[in-house]
Amino acid sequence: MGPKTSLPARDPCTARKWFSLAQQKEFLEGECNILFLSSLIRFILIQNRAGKTRLAKWYMQFDDDEKQKLIEEVHAVVTVRDAKHTNFVEFRNFKIIYRRYAGLYFCICVDVNDNNLAYLEAIHNFVEVLNEYFHNVCELDLVFNFYKVYTVVDEMFLAGEIRETSQTKVLKQLLMLQSLE
Amino acid sequence: MDSVKQSAALCLLRLYKASPDLVPMGEWTARVVHLLNDQHMGVVTAAVSLITCLCKKNPDDFKTCISLAVSRLSRIVSSASTDLQDYTYYFVPAPWLSVKLLRLLQCYPPPGNQRRALRNLGCRLLASGGLQFYGAPEDAAVKGRLVECLETVLNKAQEPPKSKKVQHSNAKNAILFETISLIIHYDSEPNLLVRACNQLGQFLQHRETNLRYLALESMCTLASSEFSHEAVKTHIDTVINALKTERDVSVRQRAADLLYAMCDRSNAKQIVSEMLRYLETADYAIREEIVLKVAILAEKYAVDYSWYVDTILNLIRIAGDYVSEEVWYRVLQIVTNRDDVQGYAAKTVFEALQAPACHENMVKVGGYILGEFGNLIAGDPRSSPPVQFSLLHSKFHLCSVATRALLLSTYIKFINLFPETKATIQGVLRAGSQLRNADVELQQRAVEYLTLSSVASTDVLATVLEEMPPFPERESSILAKLKRKKGPGAASALDDGRRDPSSNDINGGVEPTPSTVSTPSPSADLLGLRAAPPPAAPPASAGAGNLLVDVFDGPAAQPSLGPTPEEAFLSELEPPAPESPMALLADPAPAAE
Repeated sequence: MGPKTSLPARDPCTARKWFSLAQQKEFLEGECNILFLSSLIRFILIQNRAGKTRLAKWYMQFDDDEKQKLIEEVHAVVTVRDAKHTNFVEFRNFKIIYRRYAGLYFCICVDVNDNNLAYLEAIHNFVEVLNEYFHNVCELDLVFNFYKVYTVVDEMFLAGEIRETSQTKVLKQLLMLQSLE
Repeated sequence: MDSVKQSAALCLLRLYKASPDLVPMGEWTARVVHLLNDQHMGVVTAAVSLITCLCKKNPDDFKTCISLAVSRLSRIVSSASTDLQDYTYYFVPAPWLSVKLLRLLQCYPPPGNQRRALRNLGCRLLASGGLQFYGAPEDAAVKGRLVECLETVLNKAQEPPKSKKVQHSNAKNAILFETISLIIHYDSEPNLLVRACNQLGQFLQHRETNLRYLALESMCTLASSEFSHEAVKTHIDTVINALKTERDVSVRQRAADLLYAMCDRSNAKQIVSEMLRYLETADYAIREEIVLKVAILAEKYAVDYSWYVDTILNLIRIAGDYVSEEVWYRVLQIVTNRDDVQGYAAKTVFEALQAPACHENMVKVGGYILGEFGNLIAGDPRSSPPVQFSLLHSKFHLCSVATRALLLSTYIKFINLFPETKATIQGVLRAGSQLRNADVELQQRAVEYLTLSSVASTDVLATVLEEMPPFPERESSILAKLKRKKGPGAASALDDGRRDPSSNDINGGVEPTPSTVSTPSPSADLLGLRAAPPPAAPPASAGAGNLLVDVFDGPAAQPSLGPTPEEAFLSELEPPAPESPMALLADPAPAAE
């Protein structure tokens, strides 16, 4: 495995051979700190209480085993919390903003400097769009129409940023895409 | 078309993060900034994210976006409820766009900022001594509009909510917190800062845990601003209450951070005692940090040093495992430097050592202090020399190698201070377990101290084991350690602006060497405390002394192995004290009394 091509060419470190996953990860997180200072969503996860992932959208480069590890860790951290806890958890050097809807946990992993409440409401906005789109959404809808869920995510979030926030506009676009099928 | 623009802007952002050089920003700057004027709010949302990232690298190129951002923001904030139909979320107009715009503004200093204007515009000196800037009116207008905007947001927070739903309040508060964050970033409008502080104060007692958490977090940054520091202090009781009663550990942790940030001379004692109480029940992961913070606060705001000694001993008693070396070295340095507290320290340490379960760090501190200042309490029959010795020796076998090494040094000091204990102590040193100890350090010390006590005359012994000289002033190593632990932002709240020079008379980064080598002064020289080249015999003894120091350097025993003291030694050299190097050769120094 050669050096990651997504790293900036100007950095002499990119020419370096990576010896361990840990090194890569550390460098990526370091790079994140330098370049990604603006708010960045690292990933969006929807998991149920048992730990099954219903949606995983990654906005940063992770290896498959790293992804799996992250999923497990997020699940472990989020499921033990109850109503008396806040909706924000510090997680490694990021933070996770999550909300529980019935049996599903919607988690967004962001930078520690980001606005918690804004992302909390972004989650709710997203869920309301899903609700409108699937007409009273439930977990099964997400399971059977997972590709549609990814479409909704991509309408509202892109490149780790919030892309569109108007529910009407998003739904209009989704219905238009649906009519093409 | 608009949705293509949105996606394109964010894709450009992603490309830029992946490879900044590929993007020809020079030509595209104007076009990107122009996106802020777009009719479609979604396009503006995407564009703001793009600009925020770009302007981190080239702030000057994107300066024009500030006024556009401010005008967009003020239009949103003051819009009637019927505008922005699609983008109104639970009666809040475009919350995410507002938050993003406020974020963008945090990348720049406040508009109409004098320093910035100076760099970029022409200016002339007025007769009154003020400066007038060309182009300033435009900046001033922007600033005025922005301040108006911020005030509107703060006003709206006070109004009754338009909806009972939590979504409405979250969206409104998201904008509010970002506004407060911007106000803190500017740090130039006192009335806004105070208003922000009052608003956060109200949130401290809100029903929702989220809001309490965020309020505590924001107040922490407010506490370091000079304008709002007093306002923050008024909430101390609420914060202390939060520290005690909050059920979420992260909220309690934020309360502790806030107490640390708002601490100053007037409330130091109260805050330190609250933090000690919190320490007793704190999570293990955060204990070390709290210990460091308490140590820093206790030292910085100690008017009465016996209180400081008590606090540190309490720290050791409550969380001994988490008391790092820097903390207890510091208390020893302070006790050594301050004559008035030596007797009190000796007495307190003696009492603390009598507790049945005594932490090893306490034994270390106790051993050192009694070795240096045990004579101050020797008059009292309850703490007579044999009693002191037996107390320390009772802990001897329970301790690690490093502590035992320290205790052996204390014993030889006792032989010097209290000749009546000489026989007993020599008996201990002579014991096979010491003379043939498996650990080289202990064996060496036992052998050498035994020989020293048998061979040297009282005068020589007294000179060799003279009381340690005061430690020179240095940057606090505890503060350095806290910074290392938490990253650069952490201890700065305490550092800049509020350092009180009068309280910093002893700030040593030098670690005391528990074992004194052949003479205190040449060894001190070797460690770099004094720049004077030791005269006459010293070059030889310096060489030999060096060797001895190395030999005495046990794995964990020698503090001089740590990185900070090394730099400290080499960087700052004290002016020479001419008498001390001569002491060995010239007159026998009076016995340490």
